[in-house]
Amino acid sequence: MKTILYIIQKEFLQIIRDRMMLPIIFVIPIFQLLILAHAATYEIKYVDMGIIDLDQSVESRALVQKFEASPFFRINARSFSLEKLSDEMQNSRIEQILYIPSDFGYQIEKNAPVKVQLITDAVDGAAAGVMNAYALNIIKEFNKDVLKEAQLLSLNRKIIETRPSYWYNPDLDYKTFMIPGILVLLVSIIGLFLSGLNIVKEKEIGTIEQLNVTPIKKHHFIIGKLTPFWFIAMFDLFFGLALAKFVFNIPIVGSVGLIIGVASIYLVLVLGIGLFISTLADTQQQAMFIAWFFVIIFILLSGLFTPVENMPDWAQAINIINPIAYFIDFMRMVMLKGARLVDVSYHIISISIYAILSISLATWRYKKVV
Amino acid sequence: MTNNQTNTKAVVVKDLVKKFGDFVANDHLSFAVDKGEIFGFLGANGAGKTTAIKILCGLSHPTSGDVKIAGYDIYKQRDLIKKNIGYMSQKFSLYDDLSIAENIRFYGGIYGLSRKKIKEKTEEYIEKLGLQAYTKSMVKELPLGFKQKLAFSVAIVHDPPIVFLDEPTGGVDPITRRQFWELIYKEAANGKTIFVTTHYMDEAEYCDRVSIMVDGRIEALDEPKKLKETYGAQSMEEVFIQLARG
Repeated sequence: MKTILYIIQKEFLQIIRDRMMLPIIFVIPIFQLLILAHAATYEIKYVDMGIIDLDQSVESRALVQKFEASPFFRINARSFSLEKLSDEMQNSRIEQILYIPSDFGYQIEKNAPVKVQLITDAVDGAAAGVMNAYALNIIKEFNKDVLKEAQLLSLNRKIIETRPSYWYNPDLDYKTFMIPGILVLLVSIIGLFLSGLNIVKEKEIGTIEQLNVTPIKKHHFIIGKLTPFWFIAMFDLFFGLALAKFVFNIPIVGSVGLIIGVASIYLVLVLGIGLFISTLADTQQQAMFIAWFFVIIFILLSGLFTPVENMPDWAQAINIINPIAYFIDFMRMVMLKGARLVDVSYHIISISIYAILSISLATWRYKKVV
Repeated sequence: MTNNQTNTKAVVVKDLVKKFGDFVANDHLSFAVDKGEIFGFLGANGAGKTTAIKILCGLSHPTSGDVKIAGYDIYKQRDLIKKNIGYMSQKFSLYDDLSIAENIRFYGGIYGLSRKKIKEKTEEYIEKLGLQAYTKSMVKELPLGFKQKLAFSVAIVHDPPIVFLDEPTGGVDPITRRQFWELIYKEAANGKTIFVTTHYMDEAEYCDRVSIMVDGRIEALDEPKKLKETYGAQSMEEVFIQLARG
């Protein structure tokens, strides 16, 4: 037991003396939250639109006017030639084309069905979907106005109207959605890289050999080595939660105690993986590459940026072994929805089992004798 | 191997073999080191010295053979062996970013020394090695010679009866090497067994006995004086060159 304390004392001394460590511990959380929370957004501020109005009637102008009046659309080009606007779209000057046929006004006068065409730049599929939804909404509004004029509504016929009500994130603020995930990213990266690189560093400078000739117990060494990083990552989680609450005004609906409890298990898992990587690598560069390889895959699959449900089945299957996915899901549920212990018991059990596995695997791989 | 032999021998090695794939690094080594002896373990670069010393210290598994260190079996009593040996490797093994006292405290703590004992040792080493000017500095600021002498002292902070030194004097000047050997003599005089690898042949002359390894085998083992006689050589260097050239 005393041995562990001597190791922890030594690690903390070295951490404090490392000039890079304090910036890593304090600056990374701030930057990740500030930059990623704003950069990782799917909000569409406005759509650059091109108009082809072959009709030039009162009705067609009224439709165009609706788009002009919307804060989401900027009319950047008008033409009678689809070819010309196609070029504009090719050059990314416009993102969407509204094509109004020449009989638009005539058909409306006749109360006959009429078609307009929307052409959307769908290079970014998710954004295209959003743009399309915005545009359709405006066309629907227009449609309603036309119907009113035709006095079809005077028959007191109720049309079905959907009124959206957004739960858990009523302002549809992307930061609210991103920050719990970014906090997970933060503690995962801090825990994984610091622990992995630290032990490999002892290999590089040769002190690991000196430690291996001592009667130090394997589990003492591992506990002594990992405890300081557990505290640092835990500190960063607190720091990040405080930033989220007081700087970003993200509500923390659920129990902070629950978050801390599960985070403490999750960090054992992460540190176990870090230790495991350090047993595979001989140099810090190798450890860095291995760690990045896993981190990138786990982050992209985790549902941080894109919904897991939209991924192919095989990708969703990989998420069974993706610790980041479990913890992000957990954090979103607890922070945003106020999930209680019973609601997240599946996550807790998975993370706990995973933690036991990762630390056992790492301990088994870590050999004092080669 | 009789009990009697085990009691008077610090190191007993019998038919030690270490293979890396097809490469035989240690080819049936057999030798014994007496308690209190300074035993020089010589050989050209790549002869298999470090491989052997790592096995003796319990850092590496032998492929086959029997090894007893301080009377303990290398296969079954590894932990007991580790309490009874000190080891200093070619690689510098102190923490650069810790002070002298912090290094001593860390290794002393790992070996289970009491706080009082650690404090005593720290004062003793600073005094003995003349490190008074460096008590506030980090180890990386020490001159190489001081670092090496400190590394040796830290390696024996727990007073082990046997000390393994793997090329302890690489890269230091002749005066420091001389001082380093004075430290070794002092410890040997206190009854410690010193097992040292080197390729400085003048250092070989300081040893009670030396073995010379060539291509994984021990080609010669005797007192330096007798070896010189046997090979009709003026110095250990000549003996070494004759053997190493085959």
